[in-house]
Amino acid sequence: MTSSLASRGPLSRVRSRRSGSRVDTVVVVTGAFIALLVITAVFAPWIAPSDPNFGSILSSNQGPSAAHLLGTDSFGRDILSRLIYGARLSLLGPALIIVISTSIGTVLAIACAWFGGWFDQVVSRVADILFAFPGLILAMLAVAMFGPGLVAPVIALSIAYTPYLLRVIRSEALRQRNLPYVAACYVGGLSARTICTRHILPNVTPLLIVQATLSFGYALVDLAAVSYLGLGVQPPTAEWGIMVSTGQSSILAGHPQESLFAGVMIIVTVVAFNLLGDRLAARQSTGQS
Amino acid sequence: MTENVPALEVIGLRKEYRVRGAGSTTAVASSGSALLGHPSKRRAPTSLVAVDDVSFTVAQGRSLAVVGESGSGKTTVARMIVGLERPTGGQVVVGGRQRSWNQMGSRERRRRAREVQIVFQDPYSSLDPRMTIRACLDEVLRLHFDWPSERIDARIEELLDQVGLDRRQADGLPRSLSGGQRQRVAIARALASEPRVLICDEAVASLDVSIQAQVLNLLSDIREATGVSYLFISHDLAVVRQVSDDIVVMRRGQMVESGPTEQILTQPGDPYTQRLLAAIPRPGWHPTSSHDSGPEQTPSTESS
Ligand SMILES: Nc1ncnc2c1ncn2[C@@H]1O[C@H](COP(=O)(O)OP(=O)(O)OP(=O)(O)O)[C@@H](O)[C@H]1O
Ligand SMILES: [Mg+2]
Repeated sequence: MTSSLASRGPLSRVRSRRSGSRVDTVVVVTGAFIALLVITAVFAPWIAPSDPNFGSILSSNQGPSAAHLLGTDSFGRDILSRLIYGARLSLLGPALIIVISTSIGTVLAIACAWFGGWFDQVVSRVADILFAFPGLILAMLAVAMFGPGLVAPVIALSIAYTPYLLRVIRSEALRQRNLPYVAACYVGGLSARTICTRHILPNVTPLLIVQATLSFGYALVDLAAVSYLGLGVQPPTAEWGIMVSTGQSSILAGHPQESLFAGVMIIVTVVAFNLLGDRLAARQSTGQS
Repeated sequence: MTENVPALEVIGLRKEYRVRGAGSTTAVASSGSALLGHPSKRRAPTSLVAVDDVSFTVAQGRSLAVVGESGSGKTTVARMIVGLERPTGGQVVVGGRQRSWNQMGSRERRRRAREVQIVFQDPYSSLDPRMTIRACLDEVLRLHFDWPSERIDARIEELLDQVGLDRRQADGLPRSLSGGQRQRVAIARALASEPRVLICDEAVASLDVSIQAQVLNLLSDIREATGVSYLFISHDLAVVRQVSDDIVVMRRGQMVESGPTEQILTQPGDPYTQRLLAAIPRPGWHPTSSHDSGPEQTPSTESS
């Protein structure tokens, strides 16, 4: 009897360890790409080959060359350097949105799951109403009220993204809340705060990471769209959305490089975040069962 | 003082669940009145009586079994005793102190945690999957006892010993343990706060038979060592015979019979108990009625 007990533990442990550490190429590649992007943004002054805001009209709209690897824009500025510096704001904006909306969404979601009743009803209903507003419209409204820049669209999009995250996390938190281990904690005398922060939160965290990752891609696109429309940070600041927009005038003259490369950066980054999020979600659903 | 006071006393316990009438389940939740917290007037909710006038006493250090078919309200009784469910009526008295449902602050709950603990049926969902066994015990001990770390660690070892787990297992997550081992952890966690009464709600039902026997032996050893009282909920009369001194038989939320285990199992007075016994023929038992009348499986609604 004891031998059957002893053999059961190690067996299941081996199995779980193997499936847990299986190398996933998609996760590795997209993760490495995102890490590289973040490093580039942080160390932009050391990495960028030239000043992103300095250019000479004499060298405007040049094609790729040894001096300017991706060419220059209509002001003669080095496009590669502008992309590198642009990564800062282009990533910071969505990062702020995700941090704000997941924090608020998670706190509210766990509170809804814990308290239930009228609190849950009211919060969920307000979230439903907010959910009906497209994020971009909210962002435009915010800019109309508070003026263009990074802050207004970030706040507006944070508000727009919160209901989505709230919904997804609430349903998982509710599932956890109704599992017997939470009842055991309650009967054990743990305070509501301890149960929520030490037990429910860690158990919704994997889902939270997946949703934050996926939402990051969408937030990046939305914020780039806001900049493209001229409602976000203003030129001559380097930012991918602005670059797509200012590069437009050169496209007809046969110099698509600025819009093209900025657009490619946006697309590749978004795809990387979405692939990573999808893959993490898939791993989670197989790993848990 | 604790000499004559029963560990747990339940008096006229009753629980009604409000259930929505058939065919109108989803609409109510999204209607305006539900938002404001009023029960919907248009679709009068019917009520389901899950527990009806249940009274029993568990003396200090004794073991009482509650048996009955599925849906007879056994779990609901247990949940009311530990405070997970608010009784519609009746009283729960633990160690002579009557419980009120109006003051459930964390201080009060902490106090109650030292009186009654529960072990649930499903060992796979009753432990936090992200917390090591040691951390799980540590958390409960730190909450209830103002001990220095060495004393807490020593107590953890003692608890692990008591339920037959080794240190290596204690540093792992629940997923590295088998069902029987997890149930041992759940028992250790329940015992950590040194409760007066331990409720086992079908605590061995999901384990295979040899592991069941081990856990049952473990439980009777623990009772001998600590003097804890058991409220043992089960539908398996063979299990009940092994662990309990007395039996309460429940059917459709009501008590149909109660008495010493030996008496109920050998000379059941109520036809329902006789049918329960007849449904699980074992060697050495003497079923008093024939096989054709098995126990009823349908849960009861007093509304319809
Ligand atoms: N939250 C609830 N809402 C509505 N009805 C409930 C709820 N919980 C339990 N019930 C009902 O109360 C009755 C008693 O349920 P309970 O779980 O106490 O039975 P049980 O004796 O523990 O059964 P089992 O042996 O299957 O565990 C059942 O008919 C059940 O459907
Ligand atoms: Mg039950």
